Amino acid sequence: MKRAFPILAILTAGLLSYALYQALVVAPTDRLQGDVYRIIYYHVPSAWTMFTFFAINFVASIVYLIRRNLKADAVAVAAAEVGVVFNTVVLVTGPLWARPVWGIWWTWDIRLTSTLVLWLIYVSYLLLRRFSAGAQMPLLAAALAVFGALDMPLVYFSIWFFRTQHPQPVVGGGGSIDPKMLQVWMLNWLAFECFGLLVFWSRYRLEVVRREVEETQALESLLEVGNSR
Amino acid sequence: MTQAIAPPMTEAPPTRITRATLAKDLRLEWRSKDAINSMLFFALLVVVIFSFSFDPTAEESRRIAGGLVWVAFLFAAVVALNQTWARELRNQVLDAYRVSPAPANSLFLAKVLGNFIFVAVLEALMTPLFIVFYNLRAIGPAYQLLVVAGLGTWALVVNGTFFAAISLRTRSREIMLPLLLFPISIPALLAMVEATTSILTGEFSAKFWIVLLVAYDVVFTMASLFLFELVLHAE
Amino acid sequence: MPSNTAEASLANPIISVTNLVKQFGRFAALRGVTADFGVGRLYAILGDNGAGKTTLLRSLAGLSAPTRGTVSILGTTNLRDVCSALGYMAHPSLLYDELSGMENLRYFARLYGINNDERCRQVIRSVNLDPLLERPVGQYSQGMRQRMSLARALLNDPKILLLDEPFSNVDLRSAREMTGLLARLRDQRKTIFVVTHQASLLEGFADEYVWMEAGKIASRTREFSVGAGK
Repeated sequence: MKRAFPILAILTAGLLSYALYQALVVAPTDRLQGDVYRIIYYHVPSAWTMFTFFAINFVASIVYLIRRNLKADAVAVAAAEVGVVFNTVVLVTGPLWARPVWGIWWTWDIRLTSTLVLWLIYVSYLLLRRFSAGAQMPLLAAALAVFGALDMPLVYFSIWFFRTQHPQPVVGGGGSIDPKMLQVWMLNWLAFECFGLLVFWSRYRLEVVRREVEETQALESLLEVGNSR
Repeated sequence: MTQAIAPPMTEAPPTRITRATLAKDLRLEWRSKDAINSMLFFALLVVVIFSFSFDPTAEESRRIAGGLVWVAFLFAAVVALNQTWARELRNQVLDAYRVSPAPANSLFLAKVLGNFIFVAVLEALMTPLFIVFYNLRAIGPAYQLLVVAGLGTWALVVNGTFFAAISLRTRSREIMLPLLLFPISIPALLAMVEATTSILTGEFSAKFWIVLLVAYDVVFTMASLFLFELVLHAE
Repeated sequence: MPSNTAEASLANPIISVTNLVKQFGRFAALRGVTADFGVGRLYAILGDNGAGKTTLLRSLAGLSAPTRGTVSILGTTNLRDVCSALGYMAHPSLLYDELSGMENLRYFARLYGINNDERCRQVIRSVNLDPLLERPVGQYSQGMRQRMSLARALLNDPKILLLDEPFSNVDLRSAREMTGLLARLRDQRKTIFVVTHQASLLEGFADEYVWMEAGKIASRTREFSVGAGK
C-alpha cells in the first residue's frame, strides 16, 4: 500500500499536466463562446468529483452510525474536506464563466444553486466537527451528514420548481457536445478524481495517525507509574 | 421511617410522558415569563426594523412580503429554539431524564411541540403587525396561509430542536444552532416563501410547495426521531 | 497495602466493573477500574478531586459510556435495561427551580410510570420535608434541596442508589438525617454508593470505604482512617 501512493502521485501529476494541455491547447475552440468556454473543463469535472467525495462521506457516515468504527469517521472527514474544496472550485468557476459569456454573475440556475446549498451544508458539517469535542463528535457529525444527504433531493426539487415558476437564463446550457470535447472532459475528470484521491488518502492517513497519537497519549497516562491496587 | 412499600409502577406509555413533559414545559414557561416577554418584544422589534428597511408600495409589498415574513419568523424561531434545552441544563436536569426509563423520543416530541406552540405564538403576534405595516391582503385562498404556516413552522422547529440538542455538545452553542439549521432548511424556506407569495399575489398555485413542505416535514421528523436517542445519550 | 481490606471476592455481586477506562480526549479519567460490589451495602467512594469518583458514578448510572471495559449491573451490561432499578443524585439538584417539590416529583414520577401522588408525598416525607410546601425548589436552602433531590432519586424505589456529593454545602442536621436514611435504606437491602469529600459523615454507617486515586481504586477498607488511601 505504501508504494501505491508515490505511484498514484506520479500518475496524477502526469494526468493533470496532460489534461491541462488537452483542455487549453488541443480541444477545439467553441464556435459561440470562444476560448472562454474552456473553463468548463474545470467546472464540470470538479462538480463530478465533488459528488464522488460527498457520496463517500455519506456512506462512511452511515457505516459509522452502524458500526462506530473510527476509521469510517476518518474516511468521512477526509472525504468531506476534499469535497468542499472541489465544491468551492465549482462555485468560483461558475460565475467566472457566466459573466463573460452571459453577462451576469449569478442566476438561480438549478445546478449552481444546489451546489451552493451543498457547500453550505458541508461547511456547517466541518464547523460542527471543529466546534464539538470528544468522543461524541463523530456521532454528531455522522447524524448531520445523514440529514444533509436527505436534504439534497428536496433542495433539488425545490429549486427546480422555483425555476419553472420564475424562468431565468440557464448557465452552461445543453446542446450537443463535440466528441473531442467530451474526450477532454472525461480526461480532466479522471485527472481530478486521481488528484482528489491523492489528497483524500493523505488526509485520511493524517486523521488516522492523529487518532493514534491521541490513543497513545491516553494509554501512556493509563500506564503511569504510581498506582497500586 | 421509610415504608418498604414498592411504588406502583407501570410501563409508562410514551405519549403520556410526552404530554407530561409538554405540560411541565408550558407550566415552567408560564411561571418564569421572562423568556416569553423578551421574545415577544424581540419579535416586535424585528417587524419594525424590517418595515423601516423595506418600505414598499402595496403592490410590491405583496411580492416581497412572503420572504420578509418568513425571514422574520426564522429569526424569532432561532431565539426560541436556542433556549429549548436551557432549563434542562440548569441543575443538570437532563441527567435525571437520561437516567430514567423514559424513551428519548417522548422528550424530543414534547420539546418540538413546545417549540411549535412557542413559535406559533410569536408568529401570531408578528403577523397582524406585518399586515398593518405592509397593508397586506391575500388575493389567493387565504386559508392556505394557515396550512403553510403550520407546515413551515413544523419544518423549522423539528430540525431546530434536533440541532439544538446537537449544539449542546459544542462550544459556541448559540451560534452553532442557526449555523446548522439554515443550510438544511433552505428547501423548506424556499417553499414557505414561495407558497406565501403565491397565495398573497394569487398568481400561482401554492400546491406544489405545500406538497414539498409535507414531504420535508415527514422526512425530517422521521430522521430526527430515528437519530435523537443517539444524540441525547452521546457522552 | 492497608491491613483491613474488604473481602476480595463476592459470591453474587450486584455490580461488576471490569477494566473500566474512560477517556476524555487525551485525559483518562478512569484508568482501568476493576471491582465487584455486593447487595445491601453502603459504599463510600473517597479520594481527591480528579480521582475519577464522579466519572465512576456516572459510568454506573449509564450516563457516561465506557471507552473500554464493561460495567455490569444486575447481570447485564446494557444499562438501559436496568435503569428503573437505579436512583441517581448529583451535586446539582436535578430539579426544576421554578416548580415546587411536589410538582417536580410528580413529573419525574411520570417518567417511571408512577401516576399517583401518594408515592411522591411518601418519599418527600421520608426525607423529612413537607409535601404541601408550595415554595419553588429554587428558594430552598441547600440542605432542603439536596434532600428533595434524594427524594427524587428514591421515587422508583431503586435497588441501587448512586449519590454524588449529597452532603456538599448541606447543614449538619440535614446531613445527619440523610445519612440516617441511607443507613435505613441499606438495611432494606439497597446498595448505596456515596461519593463524598466528607467521609467523616459516613463513619459508622458505611460498610466499606473505597479510595480512588488518579483514575483507579487505590484501596478498599472496612474501617475509615484518614490517609488510608495514600
